[in-house]
Amino acid sequence: MNVLKLSAAALVASVAFAGAASARDQVQVAGSSTVLPYAKIVAESFGETFSQFKTPVVESGGTGAGLKEFCKGVGPETIDVANASRKINEKELEACKAAGVTEIQEVKIGYDGIVFANDNSLGELKLVPSDIYKALAAKVVVDGKLVDNPNKKWSDVNPSLPSVEIAAYIPGEKHGTREVFEQKVLEAGCKETGALDVIKAAVKEKADQTKACVGVRKDGLAVDIDGDYSETLARIGANKNGIGVFGLSFYENNADKLKVATVSGIVPSAATIADGTYPVSRPLFFYVKKAHLGVIAGLKEYVNFFVSDQMIGPDSPLVEYGLVAAPDAEREEIRKSIEDGKTI
Amino acid sequence: MTNALSPADAAVISRAPARRDIGIKRRYAAERRFRAYGIAALAFGIIFLFLLLSTVVRNGYTAFQQTAIALPVEFTEKLIDPDNKRATDPSVLIAANYTAVARDAIVKALGVDAQNKADVRAANAMLSKSAPIQLRDMVVADPSLIGKTVTVSFLADAQIDSANKGQVDLTVPESNRKVSDRQIGWMQQLSASGAMAKQFNTGLFTSGNSSRPEAAGLGVALVGSLYLMLIVLVLALPIGVAASIYLEEFAPKNRLTDLIEVNINNLAAVPSIVYGLLGLAVFINFAGLPRSAPLVGGLVLTLMTLPTIIIATRAALRAVPPSIRAAALGLGASKMQMVFHHVLPLAMPGILTGTIIGLAHALGETAPLLLIGMVAFVADIPGSPMEPSTALPVQIYMWANEAERAFVERTSGAIIVLLLFLIVMNLGAILLRRRFERRW
Repeated sequence: MNVLKLSAAALVASVAFAGAASARDQVQVAGSSTVLPYAKIVAESFGETFSQFKTPVVESGGTGAGLKEFCKGVGPETIDVANASRKINEKELEACKAAGVTEIQEVKIGYDGIVFANDNSLGELKLVPSDIYKALAAKVVVDGKLVDNPNKKWSDVNPSLPSVEIAAYIPGEKHGTREVFEQKVLEAGCKETGALDVIKAAVKEKADQTKACVGVRKDGLAVDIDGDYSETLARIGANKNGIGVFGLSFYENNADKLKVATVSGIVPSAATIADGTYPVSRPLFFYVKKAHLGVIAGLKEYVNFFVSDQMIGPDSPLVEYGLVAAPDAEREEIRKSIEDGKTI
Repeated sequence: MTNALSPADAAVISRAPARRDIGIKRRYAAERRFRAYGIAALAFGIIFLFLLLSTVVRNGYTAFQQTAIALPVEFTEKLIDPDNKRATDPSVLIAANYTAVARDAIVKALGVDAQNKADVRAANAMLSKSAPIQLRDMVVADPSLIGKTVTVSFLADAQIDSANKGQVDLTVPESNRKVSDRQIGWMQQLSASGAMAKQFNTGLFTSGNSSRPEAAGLGVALVGSLYLMLIVLVLALPIGVAASIYLEEFAPKNRLTDLIEVNINNLAAVPSIVYGLLGLAVFINFAGLPRSAPLVGGLVLTLMTLPTIIIATRAALRAVPPSIRAAALGLGASKMQMVFHHVLPLAMPGILTGTIIGLAHALGETAPLLLIGMVAFVADIPGSPMEPSTALPVQIYMWANEAERAFVERTSGAIIVLLLFLIVMNLGAILLRRRFERRW
């Protein structure tokens, strides 16, 4: 019993100390699970390169959850950096302001491609946004009228596609990837197929028009995946006719199992994403609290290390993992904006 | 029961006195059927357990071995410390170009033309990216290595490791896999000379998490889980036992204690994520404890485990025969002496079982840890419960989401480690119970 009493006392003492020793000695990062692997590589290399600082802690959980934590306030008990696979939105900015997080620096780290891939056995698919729209949208145009999507097979959409049941595994609503998928694929397809014009005639509000365009069919042929890409991969392993949405880096790591589809005739690759010819790509960001720079040990160094060419340049470990490097001039601009302390 | 014949039954018997049909056959058949159901239920459970365990073991046993490449490394002074400043400025040893030192070693061992850039790159990619760090740490620890040639055992890159374990489909076209035909040739060359071999993966237990699968380990998660268990044990056991003793032996039975009892039983069924929300609000946002710290995790898990322990302890106390209490009181013991000298020791086996079940439950929990920031990439092994850390189930979850093939086996490997952890805890519970068990 004595040992028990002693350890209980020690624990109580350590809790009491906690309040006093609140200054943190390592950087705390949270946010997007798409940016997580990149942030991990940077954090690890940072810890190895700067032996005077501890390795930053990188939490996962999604862009929205990360920004929510980020906007909780300023001080060592809040996180320093939020990773994001999309831009911070107005609502989040307001929440940040309300909590006293007024000076936020936005840092773009590069681009990520979103690819459609299927099992090797199905062969290479040649997709265009209008075909994807016709296959996955909740409503499509038939004879000038909006009707519930009647297409059951890919060949119903476009005779050149294989005659297999449509089964698409797309990122769930909480993913940043979903937004890109909606913007770059569904909205584009909506316009191309003429559905937008029909919707415009029926709906006045512009926001409602977009909402109608990006609605995905709910009859089970398009499945929302709320987990990570590994879940999508498992779904495709179970249904060999399925098509999944992946990040470029995830596809490249599993290229022996998956076949990537071309979009509008372009094969997704680092080169076609960087020069903008592959249509479905997005920039990746992280956000830093300016008030924490110089207060939290190593934060300034971490930010500068992250945007150095050693990390995000064309021949860096992040690019090797799957990040698409921003063009030279843009990287210079990113570094300059950090130097100048530009806030949003 | 024999006297409980209803008049109707008696009438049946009296009408047919010759046949004494008491349904023996029917009753035996019912019993046989019931036994068959029992066996079927058991078999069903065992089949699924077997399926689960066999998948985990089949996928995971390879994680306990790791491919290593032993190479003679020349610590050339020209590369590490060209200006011979290390006596005055030791920092040159940290900043030196160890990447080149490691690259030269593998290029030389494979006999690759140093001018052929593509080949040098491919050869260098066979080594883990941790190799230069490993060399740096060696030189910083012992600068006298400079100028010598020492054989160093490097980790092979994860892709090479997977290929060496036969986990990469080598029949697909070269462009669709991460290991080139050239590298496969080198692998065979190194294996033949004995430089490349599989060895026991100690790094799995000692290193922290890493973005490089070959260097990723469970060290942080093991230490974190240990801290969590310690905190839960030290806090939940005394609090839980004290609460139950009071409720069971001292508290009056009235509306209030009934209400408390109902609440405790309800708390035991609250989803664990709720405790995470509570922990975030109380311990981090209000008390200002650090994020990602096992201390906060331990406190949250303590709250989650308390109801389980209280319920188990109360059941154990109630199972002690009232005669023991009466005898102790009759011999002049005070109520407290009765509890601590007689009732508690007899209830100990039950209390311990409940505690271990509660701890095992807490050990496997990830949801409450998500909100307090313990689902995170942590590379440094925490020195105290105040430093950031993860836990075993969290590590499994995070590895399961990784893209690289090599993390698949590590995920299952980590599950095996977690299961072993649980088995050890349960064995401990059984041994303790045996030790304390008393019969009367």
